[in-house]
Amino acid sequence: MSYDKTFSVEGGNFQAAGNVSSEIKGILKELGLPRDTVRRAAIVCYESEINIVSYAKKGQIVLHADDQSVEIEAKDEGSGIPDIELAMKEGYSTATAQVREMGFGAGMGLSNMKRYADDFFISSEVGVGTYVKMVVFNLDLKLHPDHPQWVDTYT
Amino acid sequence: MDLAAIVKALNLKVGCGGNALNREVKGGYVGDLLSDVIANSQEGHVWITRQIHQNIVAVASLKDLAAIILVQGSEPAPDTLEKATREGIPILIATDPGFEVAGKIYKLIST
Amino acid sequence: MTLNDVKDILDAEVIVGREQLGKEIKTAFSADLMSDVLAFAKTESLLLTGLTNPQVVRTADILDISAIIMVRGKKPSEETVKLAEQLKIPILSTKYILFETSGRLHRSGIVGCIEKVGTE
Repeated sequence: MSYDKTFSVEGGNFQAAGNVSSEIKGILKELGLPRDTVRRAAIVCYESEINIVSYAKKGQIVLHADDQSVEIEAKDEGSGIPDIELAMKEGYSTATAQVREMGFGAGMGLSNMKRYADDFFISSEVGVGTYVKMVVFNLDLKLHPDHPQWVDTYT
Repeated sequence: MDLAAIVKALNLKVGCGGNALNREVKGGYVGDLLSDVIANSQEGHVWITRQIHQNIVAVASLKDLAAIILVQGSEPAPDTLEKATREGIPILIATDPGFEVAGKIYKLIST
Repeated sequence: MTLNDVKDILDAEVIVGREQLGKEIKTAFSADLMSDVLAFAKTESLLLTGLTNPQVVRTADILDISAIIMVRGKKPSEETVKLAEQLKIPILSTKYILFETSGRLHRSGIVGCIEKVGTE
């Protein structure tokens, strides 16, 4: 099985924010992927979609799913992130009042993506845009109580 | 019921303001939007939130709240602790999520 | 406990999902930060919030949340109602503040939930 689709996301359109993520969640469900894979992919996809809507002029979300994993790439044309390390810090945010009123912009988005993706890559150029790639492995793994990372069930 | 009793019953970690735990708690307010808390919380409430930014101290001070309780083990930002210490606002940390913290405090102060 | 019991405990008004009041409810999550909900709320929980915008429904859909309870007498916007109807997510509105709402449900046996404890 292999599935690819590209979606476009409009910056500033808060009304439509989340449409793409709901659609992707539906697609992944239909492909018969495990519930946990679908959940984690939908969460990271939604956070990245919210980021495009909140901070960019426009962007794209590229979905690739196969038997091994789900890949979500989010690329945008926007202001970019000057200091990625700072932006990754939970609680740090440059969100506008409008974004905060929606319940986002509390500085948790990027850390949520990192938390729920098995693989997380981010690069950004100021004045150009931001690229995020997230991979969720299609495996049913249990969470070790002492570690946030996903570990094998036999541990 | 005073803050100290709540700290003990819920096994809260005291981030700062340990010397102001004799204050009477009149109720609670759960909220993560500062504008909502400014508009609707009451003097003497404990404020239960996930926000860790230093602005929470200004809100608690403005509304004369009894304490801020951070949930899910959230650690306050360093400047938040500094400011809270300066303003005498206790910051307490719970490992439970907000629903659970609110539920337990509700039970304590309504009985 | 069913969603109908929740409605009675909170003296709530059903805005969307009258046909789903038989749903079984065991856990709840109280928050105004949708990223917090995304990070921690468990599937099939109740979402208790002071927010009313369409992103609340979207978040509930992404996580398979059972129902949304809007507190402090808040009513959803028209767009929010439309989206909730389309995605079949019940919305109830109660006059109680989030603290009181959480307290009443907790007293009635609903428990808090964290799906996964993530630390940085």
